[in-house]
Amino acid sequence: MSDNSYPNLIIDGLWRNNQALVALLGLCPLLAVSNTAVNGLGLGLATTLVLVASNSTVSLIRNFVRPEVRLPVFVLVIASFVTAIELGMNAFFHELHKILGIFIPLIVTNCIIIGRAEAFASKSNLRHSLVDGLSIGIGFTLVLLTLGGMRELVGQGTLFDQAHLMFGEAARGVSLKIEDFPGMLIAILPPGAFIGLGLLIMVKNLIDKRLAARAAAKAGYAEEVQGLAG
Amino acid sequence: MNSRLAMFIAAGILATFAVLGTSLVAFTHSATKARIAANERETLLRSLHALVPPDTVDNDMVSDAIVVQAPERLGSESTTVYRGRKMEQPVAAVLTSIVPNGYSGPIKLLVAVRYDGTLGGVRVISHKETPGLGDKIEASRSDWIHGFNDKSLSDPPLEKWHVKRDGGVFDQFTGATVTPRSIVKAVKNTLLYAQNHKEALYDRPATSPTTATQG
Repeated sequence: MSDNSYPNLIIDGLWRNNQALVALLGLCPLLAVSNTAVNGLGLGLATTLVLVASNSTVSLIRNFVRPEVRLPVFVLVIASFVTAIELGMNAFFHELHKILGIFIPLIVTNCIIIGRAEAFASKSNLRHSLVDGLSIGIGFTLVLLTLGGMRELVGQGTLFDQAHLMFGEAARGVSLKIEDFPGMLIAILPPGAFIGLGLLIMVKNLIDKRLAARAAAKAGYAEEVQGLAG
Repeated sequence: MNSRLAMFIAAGILATFAVLGTSLVAFTHSATKARIAANERETLLRSLHALVPPDTVDNDMVSDAIVVQAPERLGSESTTVYRGRKMEQPVAAVLTSIVPNGYSGPIKLLVAVRYDGTLGGVRVISHKETPGLGDKIEASRSDWIHGFNDKSLSDPPLEKWHVKRDGGVFDQFTGATVTPRSIVKAVKNTLLYAQNHKEALYDRPATSPTTATQG
């Protein structure tokens, strides 16, 4: 994490160091709430909000919080933000809050958040921490959304079902439904979450390998050219 | 001396953040409290009016609630009953019965019993039944729960209040008999309770709304 340039932070959060696909953190909410795309998106956005808020706060206070009480203070900060955001969701997205239920307060225990506070924000300035929180959060949200979409599509033959819970009545039209496809139950059940996440990790690793091979080939080619020239 | 000072500073910092964090939560709580209460009330009212159409009653059903104790019939120590009236005349009562013996844990129901003893309808509020098998009890997933509409203890006769496999009239699901069976039994028990306490159910004055919350 030596290179703190913004593009680097963003690529780290979204892809290279994606907390769900690479670090495999925050799996409990990831596996439990990814049964539909809307649920995944809702939890992902709530987590992102907490991450940005906690990362910024931790970064702001990093210089005068003594190391001995560092972790309890971080936990306090995170827990306060989570509770505040939970109350806010209950007030403004009541139906969605009812569906996500216990997983909103459980954001407190999501290792990604304390992990980023400890590993990054407590050592970095405000702007870097903010960008880091945002990109890590969006990376996590994208995985939740993709996994949720996959499971929803295979499991019950719909996509963005109940989108109106989040975006209001106008979003009812967004929902897709495959006619005459009752869905394969396994995708909605917990095993479907594990299989789906495994597939996503596989795809990511395949792409990485392909990219690495291409880069290596390019480097090799460049060497060859140099060799010929020399 | 120095280490003691450091200790005090650390404790002070921790205490400061505890106070700041708690204030943030307290502030958010007071800012959202009214809205959350209104949301819950509206959600409840909407589910009550799905069973007792709004044009058949003219009172505020959420406020006109009592708590009754009948664990053997209604499945829990205390059951909230919402009453619907028109021109002071009883129309229907919605009981928050609990099915104690679902396939995986209790199932919460709303059972609307009209004053004449027929069912206004039944809805499942929450359950932990198997997705794809037992969850056909949800109104959004299948029409099964609508099969209770307008039924009463005389239609079908009491001995027919079972799923078909047990010689009754109600459908079961392929692969899931336990769930429908226990719901049919709980609805029947609720009807029996409503029949035996018909007058008492409507005559008791409403309990204060704070104690009569859902669940």
